[in-house]
Amino acid sequence: MSLPNDLTLLTAAESRKLLDNHEISSVELTHAYLTRIQEVEPKIHSYLHLMTDVALSQANAADKRIEHGQIDDLTGIPVALKDILCTTDAPTTAASKILDGYMSPYDATVVTRLREQGAVFLGKTNTDEFAMGSSTENSAFGPTINPWGENRVPGGSSGGSAAAVAAREATISLGSDTGGSIRQPAGFCGVVGLKPTYGRVSRFGLLPFASSLDQIGPFARTVEDAAIMLRAIGGHDPMDSTSVPIEVPNYEAAFRQDLAGVKIGVAKEYSVDGMEPGVDAAMKAALQQLQDLGAELVPVSLPHTEYALATYYITAPAEASANLARYDGVRFGNRIEGDNLIETYMRTRGEGFGAEVKRRIMLGTYALSSGYYDAYYVKAQKVRTLIKQDFDKAFESVDAIVAPTSPTVAFELGSRTDDPYAMYLADVFTIPANMAGIPGISLPCGFSDGLPVGMQLLGKSFDETNLLSIAHAYEQAANVYQELAHI
Amino acid sequence: MSLSLEDVRHVATLARLGMNEDELTNMQQQLSSILGHIEVLNELDTDAISPTAQVIALTNVMRADEVVERFDQETALANAPQHRHGFFSVPAVMGNDEGGSA
Repeated sequence: MSLPNDLTLLTAAESRKLLDNHEISSVELTHAYLTRIQEVEPKIHSYLHLMTDVALSQANAADKRIEHGQIDDLTGIPVALKDILCTTDAPTTAASKILDGYMSPYDATVVTRLREQGAVFLGKTNTDEFAMGSSTENSAFGPTINPWGENRVPGGSSGGSAAAVAAREATISLGSDTGGSIRQPAGFCGVVGLKPTYGRVSRFGLLPFASSLDQIGPFARTVEDAAIMLRAIGGHDPMDSTSVPIEVPNYEAAFRQDLAGVKIGVAKEYSVDGMEPGVDAAMKAALQQLQDLGAELVPVSLPHTEYALATYYITAPAEASANLARYDGVRFGNRIEGDNLIETYMRTRGEGFGAEVKRRIMLGTYALSSGYYDAYYVKAQKVRTLIKQDFDKAFESVDAIVAPTSPTVAFELGSRTDDPYAMYLADVFTIPANMAGIPGISLPCGFSDGLPVGMQLLGKSFDETNLLSIAHAYEQAANVYQELAHI
Repeated sequence: MSLSLEDVRHVATLARLGMNEDELTNMQQQLSSILGHIEVLNELDTDAISPTAQVIALTNVMRADEVVERFDQETALANAPQHRHGFFSVPAVMGNDEGGSA
C-alpha cells in the first residue's frame, strides 16, 4: 500500500496496514479528517456535533495501543455516528428540537463496542428528525447536501452518515435503517450501506423509531470496510433481548472473486412506473456484470411487494407513536410549560416535534385507536406475514435477490417536501426487507446524469456472509466504487 | 378514507400533540390522503393469515432479576427540565379545568 498525499482517500482496511506498520499514526489520520471536515463541511453539513477533542484524545490512545500491539480492526480508525445513537461525550438529539442539548447518561452498545476497539469518534451526523424521512430535510437543524450535486438531497434518514463517507469526512459511519434509511442514502451518495438482519446488531442506546424494524448498520466506501464494521458491532447483547445469540463470522474470509454457482433472483415487482431510465440502464449493466462473474440470474416473484409501502406506513407509525410517548418533557428533553400537566405535554410535544414526526405520531395513534386497530394495525401485521412468506419462498431457490435501491437517483432539495406520499415512495424498494427482517446492502453500480445509482442485494436472514461475498465480488469487478465525489 | 377535523382533533388529544387550527387542517388533508393510499391493503383477503408482530424466532427472553447500579440519582436527574428534592418535578396534574381539587 503506497501512501496517498491525502490520508482520507484510504479505506479502513488500508489504514489498518499503514497504522500497524507505523507508516502513519492515528493522530495524523484524524488530523487529515478534521482538516477535510473544515474544508467541506460548510458545503455538505454532514455533522450536527463535531467531537474534535474526543477524537484527538482517542487517536492518541489508539497510537499507544498500536505501539503495544493491542490492535483491533478499528483501532485508530476515524468514524462518524448517526446522531440517534447515545453517546456520553457528545449531545444526542435525533435532529429534534425536543432533544436539543440532551446528553445521554449512557452509551449505545455499538458505541461501547467501538470504544473497546479503540475507534476514533469524529462526530454525530445529521438525520431526519427521529430517523423519519427520506431526504434528511426533516432535520430541525438544516438539511445535509449530497456531495455529488449541490442542489440534491443525500437521501435519508441517515443522510449525514452517507454524505460524510461520500465526502471523505469519515472512513466509516453508522446509521440506522427502519425502512431503507441506510440503503437509500447509500445509493443516493454512491457509497456502500448495509442493513444487517434484524437481531444481528444490538439496538440498545439507539433512540427507537419502530422497534420491530430498526437496525443499526454501517456506511463505507467498500464492502470490506462494511464487513469489518459489522463484525465490530454485531452479536448478542444482554441489554437488547431482540439481539440474537448467533455467532458473528469472519465475513472477509468468505470473500470470493467470482460468482460461479451463485443463483441471484430478479423480481419483476421491483420495477415500477416512474423508474428513471438512467437507473434502469445502470441496473441492466449490473445484471450483465453479475452474469459475467458466473452468477445465474433466476426470475423470482415477490407478489406482495406493492403492498409493502402501505404495510410499513401503518406498522412503523404505530410503533413510533408508542415509542415517542416518552418525549413528554418530564424526565429529559425540553419542556414548554402550560397551565397544567396536560397543557405542558401538548405544548412540549406540539412545539418540540417537527411536521413529519407529528404526522407519523398522528397516523400511528389513529391506526391503534379504538375502532381502527383491527382495520389498520392488525391488517398490516397480516400483510407483513405475506411479505415475509414471499421472501421465504424466493430464497428456497436463490442465494440473493438483486434490485435497484431506489426508483430514482437523488432528487432536488425541496422537490418532495410538500407531498409526504411522494417522499414515502423513495423507499418503495427498501421497505420490504425491513418488513421481513432480512439483510440488505446497497452498493454503487453506475451513474445517471452524473448522480450515483445504487444496486441493492437482499439475502437470507443471518446470512450476511453470502450477501457480503456476492457484493464484494461485484464491487471489485465493476469498480464503480473508485469514483469519488468531486467536492 | 376521509378524516373529519373532529377526528383529527381527537387523535391529537390522544397523542398529546398541541397543534393550531392551520396545522390541524393540514393534518386532516395529509392523513386522509395517506390513508387513501393505505386502502390498497383491502384488496387482500387476509382472513386466514396470522399476523406478524416481529420476525425473530426468540420468545420470552429472560434474565436474572439482579440489582445493578447503573446511575446515581444525580445522573438520573441531570436531564430533567425541573427537579426538586431528588424527584422529577411537573406542573399540577389536576388543573382547574379538570374539575379536580388541587
